[in-house]
Formats: sequence, C-alpha cells, structure tokens
Amino acid sequence: MIAQPEAFPTGESSRAPQETFVLNLGPQHPAAHGVLRVLMTMDGEWITRAEPVIGYIHRMHEKMGENRTWAQFLPNTSRIDYLSAMHYTHAFVGAVERAAKIEVPPRAEYARVITSELNRISSHLVWWGALLLDLGGFTPILYAFEDREKILDLLEGLCGARLTYCYYRFGGLCNDVDDDFLNGTRKFVQEMRPRLGMYRDLVTDNIILRKRLTGIGPISAEMCRKYGATGPVIRGAGVAYDVRTIEPYSVYPQFDFKIPVYPECDSMARYLVRMDEMEQSLRIIEQALDRLPAGAFMGKVPRVLKLPPGDYCYAVEAARGRFMVRIVSDGKDRPYRVKLRTPSFSNLSLYEEASRGMILPDALAMMGSLDLVIPDIDR
Amino acid sequence: MSPSLDRISERFIQLLGATAVPTGSALTERAPLPVPSAGPAQAAPGPVQGVDHALKGFDLNVAVSPRQVVLAAEILDQEGFALDAITGVDWLAQGEMEIVYDFFHPAISLHVAVRTRVPRAEPELPTISSVFPGANWHERETHDFFGIRFLGHPNLAPFLLPEDATFHPLRKDYQP
Repeated sequence: MIAQPEAFPTGESSRAPQETFVLNLGPQHPAAHGVLRVLMTMDGEWITRAEPVIGYIHRMHEKMGENRTWAQFLPNTSRIDYLSAMHYTHAFVGAVERAAKIEVPPRAEYARVITSELNRISSHLVWWGALLLDLGGFTPILYAFEDREKILDLLEGLCGARLTYCYYRFGGLCNDVDDDFLNGTRKFVQEMRPRLGMYRDLVTDNIILRKRLTGIGPISAEMCRKYGATGPVIRGAGVAYDVRTIEPYSVYPQFDFKIPVYPECDSMARYLVRMDEMEQSLRIIEQALDRLPAGAFMGKVPRVLKLPPGDYCYAVEAARGRFMVRIVSDGKDRPYRVKLRTPSFSNLSLYEEASRGMILPDALAMMGSLDLVIPDIDR
Repeated sequence: MSPSLDRISERFIQLLGATAVPTGSALTERAPLPVPSAGPAQAAPGPVQGVDHALKGFDLNVAVSPRQVVLAAEILDQEGFALDAITGVDWLAQGEMEIVYDFFHPAISLHVAVRTRVPRAEPELPTISSVFPGANWHERETHDFFGIRFLGHPNLAPFLLPEDATFHPLRKDYQP
C-alpha cells in the first residue's frame, strides 16, 4: 500500500496555529503606481504591518544640483514629480528669485498661476482615473485622459513639452502666453465645468464607490501633523492647510477661491477634496485670465547668476501637498546644497501606521487616496 | 491657541539658557561646539533669530547643540508644529556637518528652522523620531546621504540607496 501524503489533515484546522505570512507587493505591481514595494505582514486578509520599501527609482537629484549651475538644474525640477511639474519648477525658481532678489513682472506671475492651476487639474485627473482603476472601474480613466489631453495640448503649445514643462525661468517665463493659449484655456474652462458635473453623477455619487471609500483608511489631523502629511491628505482630515493661503506666494492672495476641507479623515474625504479642488482651480484660472496684465514676461536677470551666501526656502502647494526647496549658497555660480522636500515622501511615511489592521483591498484603496508618485518619493 | 513667533522665541531662549546635560549621555564627553551659522561668510548670529520670511522663506532660525534637538522638537510639538523635513549640509572646510530641521505650522504662517552642527569625524546626535514619528524616514535618508548617525533610531539601514550601500553621496569628499 502506497502511503498518501497528508496534504489536508482532517480535523486539524481548528487547532492550526495563528500564523502570519509576508506578502511582497511590488516593486512591479499594477496596484502600486510605479516602482513602490510594500512588504506586508498578513494575518489572513488583515495587515499587521505594511512596510514600504522605496528607492527603486532614486536618481539623486540633490547631488545633481551640486554639479551644475542654478539654471542648469532647472530641467531637473520637472522630473521629480512629473505629474505636477509646474509647481516644482515654481518652487525652485521662487527660491532662486528670493535669494537673488529678482523681480518678476506681473504678467509672468499671472501666467504662472494659470499654468500651475491647469497642471493641478491634469494631475488630479490622472489620480482620479488611477484610483478608480485600482477600485476596479476601468471607464473613468478614459474620460479623465480625454480632458487631460486638452490641458497637455495647451501647455505643449506654450513650452513644447507635454509633461516635463520647465516653463518658468528665473525672472519670468521662457515664452509669453499667446492668444491661442488664452483662448484655448477659456474654452477649456467652459468645457470642463459640465465634465466635473458628469464625473459627480457618474462616479462620485456611485454607491459602489461610496462603499469602498467612506469610513475606510482613517488618517487623523494629529497623524498628519506628526508625519508632516500635507495636501489633500491633511485637508481631508479637517485642517485647512494650503500653502497658497497659509504661506502665500506669487499672486495667489489676489484671487478669490476656497480651500476645500472635509473633516471625515477617510478615503472619501480625500477624494472629495481633490474633486472640489479642480472646481476651485477653474475659478482661479478664470479670474487670472480676466485680469491678466499686459507687459513684459521676463524680468531683469544677471547673465551669470551668483547667489549671496546663506540658505533660502520656498514652499508651494503642489498637487500632492507642500513642496519646499531649501537651497544653500556659498556665493558661487552653482548650489552648495539643494534640498527637495517632497509631499509624497511624507504622505507615504504614515502608511505603516495608518494601514495597521486594515484588510488588503481597503489598504490599497487608501494608498490610491494618498495619490503617490514614486519618483517624487525617491527623487 | 495658536503660537506666536514671540512665544516660540521665548521658549527657545529659555531652553538655550539652561543647558542641562543629562548625565551618562554619550554626548556629554564632547567639547562645546561652535554656534552654527547659516553660511560660511556670515557673522555668527545669535542662537534664536527672527528672520524676514520675504527674504529667506522662513520665520525663525534656532541654533541648538546636538544634545538639545529632542528638547527643541518637544517644544515645537507642544506648540502644534508639523514636521517638514530633516536634512544635512556638509561643511567640509570647517570639518562639520550641519543638520537642519524644518517645521511648519498647519494653521498659521510660521516656518521654524532648527539647526545644529556635529563634527565630521563623529557625526552623531539623538533621534527625534520618538517625538515626531515622521522623522524616522527623514533621518534614515539623512543617514544615507551624509552618514550622520541618529542615536536611538529604530532602523538606519539604507533607504533610498541600494541595500548594500556603504557610501554617502552628499558628502563633499565623496568620489564615485
């Protein structure tokens, strides 16, 4: 008689020890939005510990900053968070302008606001499509990319790039905003409003989406503070922290817009913050188009730029939250040190604590609601 | 009650006036460190310095000794600040490493930069991750880039660099 291996010992399952296993998610995984790896210690379907492992797309932008002149580092800033490139260039340009006391003409500041807000909408559209893809809804990303395409076309007309714009220069812009862009943007704002209404009817009010996001993935205001999480994450925790109003920069104080805040602290709150933000960005763009001053688009900038010694900071509200550049100058023509404080890094750092005790699909939905861009974390 | 610049300054001046050194600390043996400054060519500023936000991008500059960073973090934690970033600057010519802690306030425009310096030969200072858990990642990154050791840190393994990395690329004498 042949001995049968006891693959499924009967009557043993009730006495089986409580075992955990490690689930390795990523670094190549469709739900991980890029090369993010998460080591998940699972107790059945429940997460006991989720440790993000990062660095797979680390490029050391901060070292590159020390090896080139101030102007030569400018293209790098578009490649940190490639979905939110305008804001990142804005922060670096702003820091250098602050240090060198370069005056920016009002027309350039208005154009920066218009393009930054367009970029915010296009970034949120990618997030929206990707989140719903994570949740199993394929159609919305097709709608989102249709609208995003219009923004990319507009910005491509300005600076020739569709993603890594590098449109701002120290003291202004590389090109003036032309009539094609201004008329096209006006048309886009008019077209986008009904689309946002359609998104709400089609997706936001959908009962399946609500059940997947409401009450799931709590991130409190206190947790945001301890980890430095910003952007829609902290605004979805009831704190009206937005660099555009708290630490105003550029010409943002001249516009009338609301900071959407939801106090529920769940994934749905973060979702709703971003949906409302697109509406507010449209309002800012409209006001900026109406009041766009004539005049130069470039200020006076010395040919060889040398910054006075010392360190200078400049923070902006990027699509994912607070992005701060800290530059240290020793008086030479290139940076002594460039520090890039990126929002996704801080937003992901709370994931281990926030995901404890969640089931896997909910933790992935929460990850989607954080809107991570991995090159932004890894730099 | 949201904090004011004056109150924060006052609390830091109190802290820096009474420099009680805990006995038995690994950091007590060292000679007193020079007061850190923002740049090489600047006159040494006072340890607590109000800064014009329009010119520098932050509001308060606080220079502490390495063993005071946890106390400084506790003050800012009590006043409701959020952790912005932690980073290093390698001052090769002076033989020192500067560590800069940035904090922002979620309700008002107040950005505080706390800085300290350690000798390059022995870059060690306590971790603030017990006060701000978010400091864990920032300190790990600073250890990666500069080789600065944060005493008491739960895990200083390579983070953004490859897992077998033994080099610190943002040191000014780093040769690839």
